Amino acid sequence: MKQLTVLSGKGGTGKTTLTASFAALVRNAVVADCDVDAPDLHMLLHPQIIETKEFKGSKLAVIDETKCTGCGLCRKKCSFDAITENIKVDPFACEGCGVCTIVCPLNAIALTEKISGHAYISKTKYGFMSHALLSPGESNSGKLVTLVRQDAKVLAEKEHADLILIDGSPGIGCPVIASVTGADAALVVTEPTMSGIHDLERVLRLLRHFDVQPFVSINMHDINKDNTAKIENFCRKNGIAVVGKIPFSQIVTEAMVCGKTVVEYSPRSEVSKEIKNVWDITRRNLQLDRD
Amino acid sequence: MIVSVASGKGGTGKTSIAVNMALSIGNVQLLDCDVEEPNAHLFLNPKINQTQLVTVSVPIVNEKLCDHCGKCAHFCQYNALFVGSDKVLVFPDLCHSCGGCALVCPKEAIGEDQHKIGTLKLGSTDDLELVYGELEVGEPMAVPVIREVKRHIGKDKNVILDSPPGTSCPVIQTVKDSNFCILVTEPTPFGLHDLKIMIQVLENIRIPFGVVINRAGVGDNRVYEYCEEKGIPILLEISYERKIAELYSRGIPFSQQMPEWKAKFQTLFNTVRKLVNK
Repeated sequence: MKQLTVLSGKGGTGKTTLTASFAALVRNAVVADCDVDAPDLHMLLHPQIIETKEFKGSKLAVIDETKCTGCGLCRKKCSFDAITENIKVDPFACEGCGVCTIVCPLNAIALTEKISGHAYISKTKYGFMSHALLSPGESNSGKLVTLVRQDAKVLAEKEHADLILIDGSPGIGCPVIASVTGADAALVVTEPTMSGIHDLERVLRLLRHFDVQPFVSINMHDINKDNTAKIENFCRKNGIAVVGKIPFSQIVTEAMVCGKTVVEYSPRSEVSKEIKNVWDITRRNLQLDRD
Repeated sequence: MIVSVASGKGGTGKTSIAVNMALSIGNVQLLDCDVEEPNAHLFLNPKINQTQLVTVSVPIVNEKLCDHCGKCAHFCQYNALFVGSDKVLVFPDLCHSCGGCALVCPKEAIGEDQHKIGTLKLGSTDDLELVYGELEVGEPMAVPVIREVKRHIGKDKNVILDSPPGTSCPVIQTVKDSNFCILVTEPTPFGLHDLKIMIQVLENIRIPFGVVINRAGVGDNRVYEYCEEKGIPILLEISYERKIAELYSRGIPFSQQMPEWKAKFQTLFNTVRKLVNK
């Protein structure tokens, strides 16, 4: 079984659009939406939730007001400025480290587990899907990504799936690291803009750091042909395969508005042909025999 | 006044709006808090006046004093320490620098070491001051780098904070303490979905906000209906124009080539100021 993560560095380049179309094209895969704080894939794949799990990713300090004398030692020792002047816990700043619980002379503070999101196992018309939603503003998205991937793996083993298709989040920080470690390959979706190129370079360094094989797809390649050529040159020099160039198309947004994948909304369009092409090359690179 | 620019969904135009607004008003300091993928400098070509390392404190264990009791690893909520029978392993990239391990160590065997997680850059152009951070590739924690960027917020400046995408801790770290948050969205189902999550975040931490609709004309009307139903002010609309997209792709702030936009960004900033003072 192979694992492919779709990444971008920069947001809004088309990760989810591509992942959703791949999900429609591939047979026998489990899809994992690892963008847990702004997940969008469900709007195209329409999962029916089979199982919901609470995600207890972090802890929160709780002060027993009947014991607290307001000495302020907890506030002094907190590294996260999470205790306010009037000795209350700021739940958005508290990282659940527990230092306050040991410095409090009256044992008035305890750590409690909090529910910071939910993980779901679902069925779509294309197969199983593992996904999640972090509660707004929560931390520990990396841990929730790991949970989504674990669930996907269990499903994939049970279903004898050939592939886990992972939709990643923008950036290069903890949730992205959690979504690429141990993957067989990553498809980096970029665009020919200065920002796209800058962010591509950083995400490729991240993949090298974690020893994950990169492929690159250039979305909206016709927006700036010079920049597209620069990306192609850069990839050639660094031995990275460019698996496709997808044109700018209004159809992508139209499909999204209809809640459909591009390849189903407009199967004969130029953009669909290119997406199918990207998928074919990626599939061959991954040596997936069946499809 | 401190104004943050956030979105939920990535690629909606946060940096573009932050940069163009910054170039249209005076006395500005722009802080790029997207330390995972900072882009504002690409549009501004600033002169970098100062570069600083961003480090975090991580434990260092004096094996001569340590008796491997394991209390530090037991205390650590982040699994950043592993105590073997004759050695302690520290995992700096898991450490949140709370200092708890040193506090619980009965042998006082734990000291502080510094671990590099990023770089801070202080720069300027003729028009503005720019501060941005770069998270070291491979390091997971953006929040301490964002904290470092925000330590350079100047007094009596028009401060603009460019936020990373998403709705989790790096975004909270960026937008908290701002007087107002501009939420940039696009009129698509993805844009609206992530906007709604971001609105919940801002309501939780009680920061006033308004919406800028970018690429107006693509997609559908649901974001307008949502804003109207909730009484959320739409501060500015930027229609989808190929010219804007092309200028963006070349790293050129579009208000520089399309001067009519300068006044619109000034109005945007003034509207925000009025809403803050209300």
